Formats: sequence, structure tokens, C-alpha cells
Amino acid sequence: MPRILFFALGLIGLVALPHALSFSQQEILVFLVINVLLVASYRLLTLTGEWSLGHVVIMGVGAYASALFSKNLGIYVPFAMLLGGMTSALLAVLLSFPLFRMKGFYFLIGSFAAGEIIRLLWKRFRDPFGGAKGIKGIEPMPDFSIGVYEFDFFEPISYYYMSGAVVVFCLWILWRIERSPVGLTFHAVHWQDKLAEASGVNLRAYRTLAFSIASGFAGLSGALLAHYVGTINPNSFDVEVMVFVLTWAIVGGTATFYGPILGCVVLTILNEIVLRELGFEQMRPLIYGAIMILSILFMPKGLESIVQRLTRRTPVAAPREKVAE
Amino acid sequence: MLDLLAQTSLNAVYAASYISLIAVGLVLIFGVMGVINFAHGELFMLGAYAVVALYADMQLPFLMAVAAGLLFVGLLGLVMERTLFRPLKDNPLGGLVASIGLLMILQALAVLGFGVRMEHVPPVTQEVIAFSDKVRLPLARLYVIVAAVLLLTGLWYFLKRTRFGWALRASAQDPEAAALQGISITQTARIAMFIGAALAGVAGALTAPLVSVNPHMGHSVIVTAFIVIIVGGVGSLEGAVIASVVYAFVHTFVTTLYDGVIADIVGLSLMLLVLIVRPTGLFGSADRA
Repeated sequence: MPRILFFALGLIGLVALPHALSFSQQEILVFLVINVLLVASYRLLTLTGEWSLGHVVIMGVGAYASALFSKNLGIYVPFAMLLGGMTSALLAVLLSFPLFRMKGFYFLIGSFAAGEIIRLLWKRFRDPFGGAKGIKGIEPMPDFSIGVYEFDFFEPISYYYMSGAVVVFCLWILWRIERSPVGLTFHAVHWQDKLAEASGVNLRAYRTLAFSIASGFAGLSGALLAHYVGTINPNSFDVEVMVFVLTWAIVGGTATFYGPILGCVVLTILNEIVLRELGFEQMRPLIYGAIMILSILFMPKGLESIVQRLTRRTPVAAPREKVAE
Repeated sequence: MLDLLAQTSLNAVYAASYISLIAVGLVLIFGVMGVINFAHGELFMLGAYAVVALYADMQLPFLMAVAAGLLFVGLLGLVMERTLFRPLKDNPLGGLVASIGLLMILQALAVLGFGVRMEHVPPVTQEVIAFSDKVRLPLARLYVIVAAVLLLTGLWYFLKRTRFGWALRASAQDPEAAALQGISITQTARIAMFIGAALAGVAGALTAPLVSVNPHMGHSVIVTAFIVIIVGGVGSLEGAVIASVVYAFVHTFVTTLYDGVIADIVGLSLMLLVLIVRPTGLFGSADRA
């Protein structure tokens, strides 16, 4: 019962939040919501023990696909977004054939190579990808009304509510997946692969499943981004963005569901409120790099370990860690 | 047609020379430390900026600037070993994450120190060796090739003929057994980091007058180096050199025939293909993977 209360309060807080912020902060809030979905989907992939460097490019695949579906084929934007996510998931299934012949470090490098190839293809082929300049004038989300609230998507608040609802729903699905037998099998694939295989688990199939689900949600987050900013290009999805995602996951920690989200939220707040307001814009990569090094050196288990220590009574995370080790 | 072939081959040999310096350093660090140094491209960039500062701005002799770049980046390698890679030895993702963090710091420092704009480095020499009307080799490029050959020969001699080299290869092969023989793993790690970093730095310093020096030049360098070490087999120094030559020829010829982006795609596809078909690389042995 207290948990329901906790979630209800959180929800009210999230609904009220944008009204306390300035216009530019509201815009940042939209990006934050989209990035939360991205980093949460990244965690699903890391459950099976594989760290990809191509996740942001997969997000870009969703963005490009959704933009092209709505622009060239005239598909209604919400459907185009879903199709964008599906395109990413399908591409992940295709990529899994070469990539899952590799493990660990080789997978990392292989996913990086695959991502760079996709990015270079966008850059090279002006038709339909628009070359280095990318796609401009992407269809905005059509306005609609649900009676109590008029969605006007030129306002970041409206886009925040819409994408926020989508992201919360997606997080719920990701959470359900993780707690399901399938999710537990992902853990087994990571920590006890030999044992799992001996018990009849098809490792390759489960890795592919995790990869394609994660990619589908990443693609959806890309589609949300594309229809918000209205213009995307190959550099919107380059390695630097991937490094940010990696930083969020590392700083937050990946042992719990909320770890990477925590990392994303904390670092974004630090970044936007502290650094931008104080005028350290140029120092941003420097500070991010320092945070990355310091947290891997002195806080290798991430921010979540601090939260766990503070809340002690961790009914959700504690038994799962036992399974993990 | 023959002219084109000869000219492109010359370009490829030049590219192979500095790529192999970078890749060999990366392989050396990986072999001894077990860390993939993502900041390797930035070490190259720092070497180039050493030449910008000392040769272009302070008008010191070019060779002195190159030597300073080598020493400076090599020492930075020692600092990296002490502060990052040694404490993170037991964390499988640690070295990777730390080197990515370092990459961002070094890039930002270069932006703060020199600005994002491209630096102009005056050429060391304008002379050109003309084999025929269309086949020409700028003397500056020949210097880079000669320097690379000398450095790599020196490294080969050091690794195969000296006691330090023996110790280094032993601890790359089997750290525990090497330690049991009285080899200091920390000592060999230091030597490997110094040499590996210095090679990247000297490559950057040597090529500074020939390429566009900017804070983000490390990106394409590290991508190239990854392709080369994967194709050559992670952990194989000879493989890295051979793969550098192969990659340089493929890339240069595709660039000449089509364009640079297609050449990059071909290079990355080559790496993916090797990863799929023979993940240990063309020259790596199976047990190292």
C-alpha cells in the first residue's frame, strides 16, 4: 500500500514538474524523458552481459525510419513512431546474426563497427537519407485533445506529457519483462551461461531477443526525438552521444532497474542546471570525462549502491543480486 | 593507368607507415595490460599539438619538437598506467570506461588550449621526389616512412633481443608464470605503456605538418587503429603491421576509385567480416582471444 502511495505521489510530481520550470528547462525535460527510455532500454541489453557501442545508432535507425515513413509515405505520425521502433527491432534481429558470433570485447567492437557503417550509409546516400545534412522538416506530432487537456505540440509541455506517458508505459513493459521468466533467463545467460545452456536454454536466441527488444525501445525513443526536434542528421547519433549513454549507465550502475535512469537524471540535472547556468558550456566534456573516471575508480557499483545503502530495506533489489552472483 | 597505380601505392605506403605506429602501440598496451585504450587517438592528437606548440609557434627545430612530443606523450602513458589502469586492473570494464573518460578530457583540454579551429603547421620541406610527371612523393612523406621503419625496427630489436623485451613478451603471454620467474609485472606494464603511448605521440608529431591538426582528429585515427588490430589479430604485433599495410592499400585505392566515405565503409566491413569469420584475426593465435 505505501508503494502505491509512493508511485501516486511521484506521478503527481511528474505532472506538476514542468509548471515550475522555464521554457528552456521544459525543453530539456523532454530530452531527459526520451533519454530515460534510451538508457533503460540499454540496460535490458546489458542484462545478458553484452555491452554495445551501437545503441545510439539503433536509436537513430528508429528516428530515420519514423521520419521517412511519415514524410515520404504520409503515415500518421504516432503509427510512424511505432513502425520506427519496429524497424530498429527488425534491424537488430538481422544484425544479431553477425554480431552474436562475438562476445565481450569483440561484441563491443563489432557493434561499434556495425553502427559506424549504418551512420556512414546515412551520410553517403542523399536519397532517401539526406546525406550529411540529414532530414529536415520532419512532420510534427499532430495536435489533439483528450477533453481535459489540449495537446499543442509546439509547446514543450504538451510533448513532455505525451512522451512522458509513452515512456512510463514503456518502462512498465521493460520492468515486466525483466521480472518475467524471460528476464530471469537473461540473467542466467549472463551469469551462468554454461549451466543455462545445459538446462536447455538457447543462449543465442535469448541474446537476440534481449537485443531486439532493447533496440525496439531505443528506436521508439529515437522516433520521439525526431518528431520533437524536427531535424536529424548522422551526427545526432555519433559516438559522443553513445559515450553519454555509457556514462549514465556506469555512473548510475546497472545492477538495478533504476540505476541507469538515476544516472541519466542526476547527470542531466548536473549538466543543465549546474554547468549551463554557471556558464561552463565549453568544459562539459571535460567534466563528464572526469565524472566517468572518478565514478569508475571510487564508485564502481554506481549511484544505485548509495541508494541501496540508504534505503537498506531493499525488498526488490537484494534477492535479485543473490541470483546474479 | 600505371601512373595512377604507382602514385596510389606511394600514398598507401605513407598511410601504412603512420597507421602501423599507432596500431602497434595499441596492441602492445593491450597485450601487456589487457586494456583497450580508447584514448589512443587522443595521444596521437597530443603528439601533433606538441609540434604545433613547439615547432609552429615557438619556432624550435622540427626534430626537437617531435622528440618532445614522443617524450611528453610517453610520460602521459606512464601517468595513465599509474592512475587509471593499475587501480582498475580487476574491473573488466574499468580500463575501457576510464580511457573513454580520458579521451573526453584530453579533447576538451585541446579545445581549451588551442581552440576548435584547424592549426596550420608550416611544412618541414617543400621538396618533392618526382619519379615521373604524375608520380611524385613529397620528401616530407618520405621522412615519415623512414622514421616509422626505423622506430618499428628498433622496437622489434628491443622486444626480441633484449632482456626487457623478453620480460615484456613473457608477461604478455602469461602474467602469472612471468611473475613466478621474477619478472615485475608492474615494471613491464610501465614499459609497455610508455612505448605504446610514445609511438602514438610520435606518429602524431611526425604527421602534424601533413594533416589537419584539430582537437577531434583522434576519432578517425582510433577507428582506423581498431580496424587494423582486429584484422591483424588482437595481441599480434606482426599482424598489426601487416594489417596496417593491407588496410592502407585497400583504403587508399577505394578512396581514389570511389570516395572517402565508401572507403571507410569498406574498411569497417572488412573488420566485421574478420570478426565473423575469424575473430582471432588473420595473424592472432586462438589461445589469445
